[in-house]
Amino acid sequence: MTEFFQHMINMLILGSTYALLGIGLTLIFGIMRVVNFAHGELYAFGAYFVYFIAVLLGFNFFLSLLVSIVAGCVLGALIEVVLLRPMRGADIDTTMLIMIGAMIVMQNTEQYVWGGVAKSVSTPFPETPLVMGPFSVSWLRLFVFFAALALIAAAYFLINRTKLGMAMRATFQDRDTASLMGVNIQAIYMATFAIGSSLAAAAGALLGPVYVISPQMGNIASLKAFAIVILGGLGSIGGATIGGFILAFAEEMGAGYVSSGYRDAMGFLLIIAVLLFKPTGLFARSERIG
Amino acid sequence: MRRLLPWIALLALASVPLWLKDPYLLNAFVTTGIFIVAAMSLNLLLGYTGQLSLGHVAFFGIGAYTSALVSLGFDVELVGGFRVIHDPWPVWLGFVMAILVSGLCGYLVGKLSFRVRGAYFVIVTISFAEVVRLVALNWVELTQGPLALTSIPPMALGLPGLGHFEFFSKQSNFYLVLGVVALSYVIIGRLVNSRIGRAMVALKENESLAVSVGIDVTRYLVLAAVVSAGIAGAAGSLYAHYLKIIDPDVFLFLYTVTMVIMVITGGKGTLAGPIVGGLIFGFIPVIARSFAAPEIQWILYGLFMILIVFVLPQGIVPAIEKWFGPGEEPGVGGAADATMQDAQ
Repeated sequence: MTEFFQHMINMLILGSTYALLGIGLTLIFGIMRVVNFAHGELYAFGAYFVYFIAVLLGFNFFLSLLVSIVAGCVLGALIEVVLLRPMRGADIDTTMLIMIGAMIVMQNTEQYVWGGVAKSVSTPFPETPLVMGPFSVSWLRLFVFFAALALIAAAYFLINRTKLGMAMRATFQDRDTASLMGVNIQAIYMATFAIGSSLAAAAGALLGPVYVISPQMGNIASLKAFAIVILGGLGSIGGATIGGFILAFAEEMGAGYVSSGYRDAMGFLLIIAVLLFKPTGLFARSERIG
Repeated sequence: MRRLLPWIALLALASVPLWLKDPYLLNAFVTTGIFIVAAMSLNLLLGYTGQLSLGHVAFFGIGAYTSALVSLGFDVELVGGFRVIHDPWPVWLGFVMAILVSGLCGYLVGKLSFRVRGAYFVIVTISFAEVVRLVALNWVELTQGPLALTSIPPMALGLPGLGHFEFFSKQSNFYLVLGVVALSYVIIGRLVNSRIGRAMVALKENESLAVSVGIDVTRYLVLAAVVSAGIAGAAGSLYAHYLKIIDPDVFLFLYTVTMVIMVITGGKGTLAGPIVGGLIFGFIPVIARSFAAPEIQWILYGLFMILIVFVLPQGIVPAIEKWFGPGEEPGVGGAADATMQDAQ
């Protein structure tokens, strides 16, 4: 039983970062209809940026988190303007291929710049874990959990309570009508991609120091983000949040009770099962955002 | 003239081992040829039915592992102490089994995944490929996992009365692969220029219209998936017996991307497209290798991919056909009305 609760604690921490990753991707797909294969590379970018600022330049760890989230936002806006804006109106397969090309370029740039050896980031948190009775959890993981929750709450606030969020939701529902109502669609697309990218970078910046940072970390992150988004229903932020926790639960159970080698297979099996039995996702009443 | 073109191309390619003695380049031709076969099989799905499968490498890898395991033999214990022992079979039977097993997987995956379309379909196919890769990595007793299956015998053909031939040298493998390319070309060509192919194009152009005139969409999609998976399995088998070693990396997503970009570059929905695109993307690494580090090669590869989609979204072959005016080759887009009537 103790083991089970330890898995549950891990699930909550992992799930909160997965939710961040999923919300970013679901926003981009829901509003822009772009299947963003580069999402995982922005996750890796966030992690490498923390390594760059905190370890190589020696700045404060918390400052480096903030900077990497902003950097993710800028890079996302840049990708949108350079690669996606000229191809507006192209079909979904075309933009998907462009994003696959971007993924290959980004991943190999990381490999070239940082080398294939995994990097680790040391944090200001104490090494000794927080012990509560039979359970223990490291301070860093606890921080990651609460930081991720704060970011999820910020994303909710942005989408549901701000003018930008309202414009994004309007664009999602009907692009042409939103445009007629004076919404600047080009700006909304750029903002969407930038916000989605910064959420992915935030997930990487938070999880990178927990594990190690390697050029291949983006591969599996993209696929996991797809799993989360499909679980929750494309375009549903609430669904992506819950989907993140479900994926983390499935992985913890799979790794704990089946075989650790099949940890990453759990997400894919979930995707296949969901698409076969409930293709609209578990939580989508209808396709909507917010 | 247009009818002669494939024959001229075949003859030109067949002459390659006569004047090309550099083993590295010949090797590049053989591996490129194997990927061309895989790309041609993908083109059947992507180009003619319009379904972008990003898990195609699964069938390639299943073919490679099936063929290798059938010809090497294996001894595994399944759940419940049930033991399966398989003695090595002749290599050509491995090739046949690879096609059958991959085709069967294509049937199952097709039956299940054609319930969804677009982005969902893409993600189901990737998921399938990843699950198969993880099984190959973790089922060590059968696949040796990351240690790889080694000493796979070369492809061999034994016909009663005609003796036994082993495809060991690069030259013989070149002709073997060229033969399979030509055969796949003929099979896919016959298929897409038949009633079945026109039905496939009809459902690509307008699925709801195709359904409304009575085309059983799922049936044709599954049929395309079976043929496509079978041919991909054949390519995987050639790959295993040519390299003589395979590990779970044959399931890498990048191989699927390579096949997709070969098809897109050459021109999806054209018979010659995957061959033209395949030759280009097969030899980019060979040229880039001389001046760039591996990462730079991949970066160039990615940039080239983006460039192709930006500049030539329809691919090279359709661009050339447009340049020389309308040709005889039917079945590519357009003429939807005639297609619909015919398919009824």
